[in-house]
Amino acid sequence: MKNRSLVSISDYSREEYLKILDLAEKFENNPRQDILKGMVVATLFFEPSTRTRLSFESAVNRLGGKVLGFSDASSSSATKGETLRDTIKMVCNYADLIVMRHPLEGSARFASEVSKVPVINAGDGANQHPTQTLLDLYSIRKTQGTLENLNIFMVGDLKYGRTVHSLLMAMSEFNTTFYFISPDELKMPDEYKRYLKNKGLKYYEFKDFTDIINQADIIYMTRVQKERFSDPIEYERTKNAYILRNHMLKDSKPNVKILHPLPRVNEIHLDVDTNEKAYYFTQALNGVFVRQAIISSILGLN
Amino acid sequence: MKDVKHLVVSAIKDGTVIDHIPAKDLFKVITILGLDHIENQMTFGSNLESKKLGKKAIIKISDMFFRNEDINKIALVAPEAKLNIIKDYNVVEKKVVEVPDTITGIAKCVNPKCITNNEEITTRFSVVDKKKVILKCHYCEKITDQENMRIV
Ligand SMILES: [Zn+2]
Repeated sequence: MKNRSLVSISDYSREEYLKILDLAEKFENNPRQDILKGMVVATLFFEPSTRTRLSFESAVNRLGGKVLGFSDASSSSATKGETLRDTIKMVCNYADLIVMRHPLEGSARFASEVSKVPVINAGDGANQHPTQTLLDLYSIRKTQGTLENLNIFMVGDLKYGRTVHSLLMAMSEFNTTFYFISPDELKMPDEYKRYLKNKGLKYYEFKDFTDIINQADIIYMTRVQKERFSDPIEYERTKNAYILRNHMLKDSKPNVKILHPLPRVNEIHLDVDTNEKAYYFTQALNGVFVRQAIISSILGLN
Repeated sequence: MKDVKHLVVSAIKDGTVIDHIPAKDLFKVITILGLDHIENQMTFGSNLESKKLGKKAIIKISDMFFRNEDINKIALVAPEAKLNIIKDYNVVEKKVVEVPDTITGIAKCVNPKCITNNEEITTRFSVVDKKKVILKCHYCEKITDQENMRIV
């Protein structure tokens, strides 16, 4: 992993996922270390994402490194018409590592080819957000004690949700059984179902999850956005089927945990928050340890 | 049948004959191979009868021989194309087009939000299905199929 960019979750193998997770565990036990002393990490956010940026910057700061960069495109030279190529070529002279978020898909792969220093993709449009996926894996392993043989429920927008696609790719290495719960308009795309079929993995599709929820080990919730529907009436009719409420968890497995990439809108009712099966806030906190692990392994500090 | 062909587009002494091009894609093939910029003598016929393709086109270029990697570029639009290498009016070699594993700089990515459609970048694809010619963008990872394919 040393000196290699992380653009797409498939850039890492199963063994490399596990290596990152093991390392993240060490950082969770000891989050303040000075291993990044004297190093500079550039955080280039061509579109704002406060949550992701703070998580990365906190990871760097707790390891004793310094951060430079910008938090939205208006404070960068991109607004003056500078190409991404030129921005990256300039910035890689000032940093040991680039963390980048950009609204255009494929921008991170391109940056990694132009840059002299490794690039971590912190989201390129609707395409990839691999550090989110690794923190999802970390949360799953931490709460279940294993990644193997789990029943994973994915709920809501499975068509456009990049987090569920990447999580599916990663979890397919661990003999997962998938349950896809979504409205017809937002079903899991065929290419992912074909991928699972080729790997000999089982998946099931449902329009709502009230009857099957008790089988879940992990319930991964996503936002169902109105603008994704071509028919607004269809949205009004279906939206309530994808809201998780506390009473639905009454007979669920004792080990089940609810995950969500955050921010949520209304797809997880507030009454779930106090249930010990709700894990989404801790999940976000895990992001710092996982990003510490990714940064330090790319910089070859472990 | 063979004689009819020779009547439609006259024979060449030395060079390359590219046959079995789908008629509608003749000009794409010409662009991809850069034949619109060469000085060599060239004849072509289009909308010829073909059992396989319905309407086909044929190109004959004098004193021109292609490297495999160049000729494979036309696989995107004319995967069935066949090449005859002509020396002294005789066919000395036959070649078929092979769909390569990767395609660089010929097709455009279908995704308007792809970085390659927003900045000067040479496109790159891996070929995920050689039969149907389905491409996956190296950058945005989206699929471009033959229906949506546009040539740069
Ligand atoms: Zn693309």
